[in-house]
Amino acid sequence: MSKYTDHLGRPLVAITGLGVVSSLGQGKQDNWEALTSGTSGIHTITRFALDNLRTQIAGTVDFLEESTEGASALSQELALLAAEEAIAQAGFPIHDFGGPLFLAAPPVELEWRNRFALDALVRSEGEPGYDLLLAACRRGPQPEMFNTAEFGYIAEVLAETFGTRGLPITLSTACASGATAIQLGVEAIRRGESDRVLSIGTDGSVSAEALIRFSLLSALSTHNDPAHKAAKPFSKDRDGFVMAEGSGALVMESLESAISRGANVLGIMRGCGEKADDFHRTRSKPDGSPAIGAVRASLEDAGIKEDAIDYVNAHGTSTPENDKMEYLALSTVFGDRISSLPVSSNKSMIGHTLTAAGAIEAVFSVLTIQTGTIPPTINYDNPDPAIVMDVVPNEKREARVSSVLSSSFGFGGQNTCLVMTAEPN
Amino acid sequence: MQNNTVVITGIGLISSLGEGIDAHWNAFNEGHAPRVDSDTFKPYTVHPLSEVDWNNQIPKRGDQRQMETWQRIGTYTAGLALQDAGIKDDESLCSTMDMVVAAGGGERDVSVDTQILAEARVRNDLGTMLNEKLTTELRPTLFLAQLSNLLAGNISIVHKVTGSSRTFMGEEGSGISAIDTAVARIRSGQSTHALVGGAYNSQHPDMLLGYELNGMLKIDGWSPLWQRERATGGGIVTGSGGAFLVLESAEHAHKRGARVYAAIDGIYSAQTRRGRIDLTQTVAKLVGAASADKAADLIISGATGAKIVTAAEKAALDTFSSPVVRGVAGKLGHLREAQFPIVVALAALSVFKGTAFPPVDSENEKSGPPSIDTALATSIGATRGEGVARLVKV
Repeated sequence: MSKYTDHLGRPLVAITGLGVVSSLGQGKQDNWEALTSGTSGIHTITRFALDNLRTQIAGTVDFLEESTEGASALSQELALLAAEEAIAQAGFPIHDFGGPLFLAAPPVELEWRNRFALDALVRSEGEPGYDLLLAACRRGPQPEMFNTAEFGYIAEVLAETFGTRGLPITLSTACASGATAIQLGVEAIRRGESDRVLSIGTDGSVSAEALIRFSLLSALSTHNDPAHKAAKPFSKDRDGFVMAEGSGALVMESLESAISRGANVLGIMRGCGEKADDFHRTRSKPDGSPAIGAVRASLEDAGIKEDAIDYVNAHGTSTPENDKMEYLALSTVFGDRISSLPVSSNKSMIGHTLTAAGAIEAVFSVLTIQTGTIPPTINYDNPDPAIVMDVVPNEKREARVSSVLSSSFGFGGQNTCLVMTAEPN
Repeated sequence: MQNNTVVITGIGLISSLGEGIDAHWNAFNEGHAPRVDSDTFKPYTVHPLSEVDWNNQIPKRGDQRQMETWQRIGTYTAGLALQDAGIKDDESLCSTMDMVVAAGGGERDVSVDTQILAEARVRNDLGTMLNEKLTTELRPTLFLAQLSNLLAGNISIVHKVTGSSRTFMGEEGSGISAIDTAVARIRSGQSTHALVGGAYNSQHPDMLLGYELNGMLKIDGWSPLWQRERATGGGIVTGSGGAFLVLESAEHAHKRGARVYAAIDGIYSAQTRRGRIDLTQTVAKLVGAASADKAADLIISGATGAKIVTAAEKAALDTFSSPVVRGVAGKLGHLREAQFPIVVALAALSVFKGTAFPPVDSENEKSGPPSIDTALATSIGATRGEGVARLVKV
């Protein structure tokens, strides 16, 4: 084991650039200040009509010009902003990054505004429906609409903007997507395919239809008033997650390459683990074995024991199911120590940024290591007696944190965990 | 780091040509006219899925109901691949098996969409109307039945593949990256065995709309793949189907006595800026890299039919000495995310059989050499993403 390789002789992976956008603001500084002061970014939705909606709140990003231009445009802009911040911090040329791109992006469909616009082109020609929408297209191509419906488009824009190398990978593993983008980057560095990678999770897809889809699955909080109290992970009265938007970006590189070019190493991405669940499309296996398996796999991959973990950045969605299962998984892995191990959920403040969550929460995990400040779980007013955990309630805490476990669990049996440490060994 | 040989030990296929490797091999050898439907989505032509008894691979009706057609095609095809590799129902192999799925989006509810379009013509409060209609008309479970990563989710549930689950998106490029990533992981020792593939349902108007927004579909019926440059419309005829592969390290396959179709010797991929860099040159470069040691005996082309892009690929392939090319979309249609998986499967099958099937478009394709032991598979995306695989006999 050299100073640049891990317990399995693989290249150690350094984190040298971080970028983030959320409903709390743009950039690490604004986000970190708000997050550590217990500020919520959840608010009443203004982007679309709320009539007939049981859930009327979200953590949307409303401060960008693209905030009203549709899911594709906003997801793209969020990714661009986060990536720019990360690449600049890492000190690579902003338009010539030179490594591969792994992008977690929401699967978006053609927006209603576009369907209505197509119909308006041909409405005198017959009954509304797909035949007529297709006829409208035959009048002439609609390249802008086409781009919004192509899953490969955002990565193409990012690849061209930042000069990433090769065929970019766009991926979705539901609510674990951001973590998967990081995991793919780590694996590429370990294989020696590149000495640097850009991993991004982005999601700007809060629309009426997206909200209704989750609402019909009874997944969302209906605690509309006051909005900032809606996301209450690990509380007894938690009633669902709050949809949100944002983006997180990480520049990672082999430690050897980072050191040799004199880069500032922010932390080490030590291990990634995953395990798929075969039980149900939205529910976890009752014994929690896939989530437990993912946590253990990440520790094993990192080559550290569970007692070396100082803090858990939880998935903590605030749904009755997730938080119960997450507690089962963590208490199984950490044993009695779980009652004193700090475990907090960023989602209590920024909501569930879905595709972006794993990446944003990895950024916050590294900031926790760097600053020694653990962001709180806010809205923890009615503890769930079945979840006996130190959730860092309501107020931030100063602590020496040298290793963090960040977990992501998603619909479709997706479970991915990351281990980040301050030091390589 | 290890440098394992990566082999294909299982192939699952369904398409307009039928189910399984024999049905496909026979269909390509028999030279019948392609199966097309030019009526249902007039003026568009599709290659419709052959009749499938879903119960064969998705035994629970409840599971079938939770999937839209595209997910069902993929889950079914994944089952065929596992079965073909002899590891279906092998709990220890499936629970440690990695999975990479190339997925598009799901199929929207045509009836709900049509109602909303109709209401929109007579209402001014579009936002309120959308909420009314979507909250009352959408089937709650449809979301999951159309969600990209739920194809992989369903494969986990139905076939118990749970080592890992990753879904790649992005049209043809997702199929290229899926195989590339699975191969790279096995080669380097990060994985020992993986299930990889994709599925596509062409028989849905929203899927046609996705292409036609950019005027990419052929609207004057079917014609041979390499003869579409002067056709009306954009040149693409889509097809329904799925292709999944079981990949293993040669050692893993050997230990369990698995039959090997071919080794994947290399994947060469790119995403060039087509506005600036000539696509013919890009394709020639990738094929050249894949032929560096020795020219391949056969090229199974995944050319989409899209005008200009297909011509550029053909021009590139024609620069190689005596290329025996088979443009399979002429017979299968274009399967978007599943296109690279299906051409890799057909190239592997050709290497395994040691022979090329007859030309699909005899005016533009030469007859095959008597025997082959290497083949390339190409997928040049209709809009972006380029990939070539090299398969060799083991």
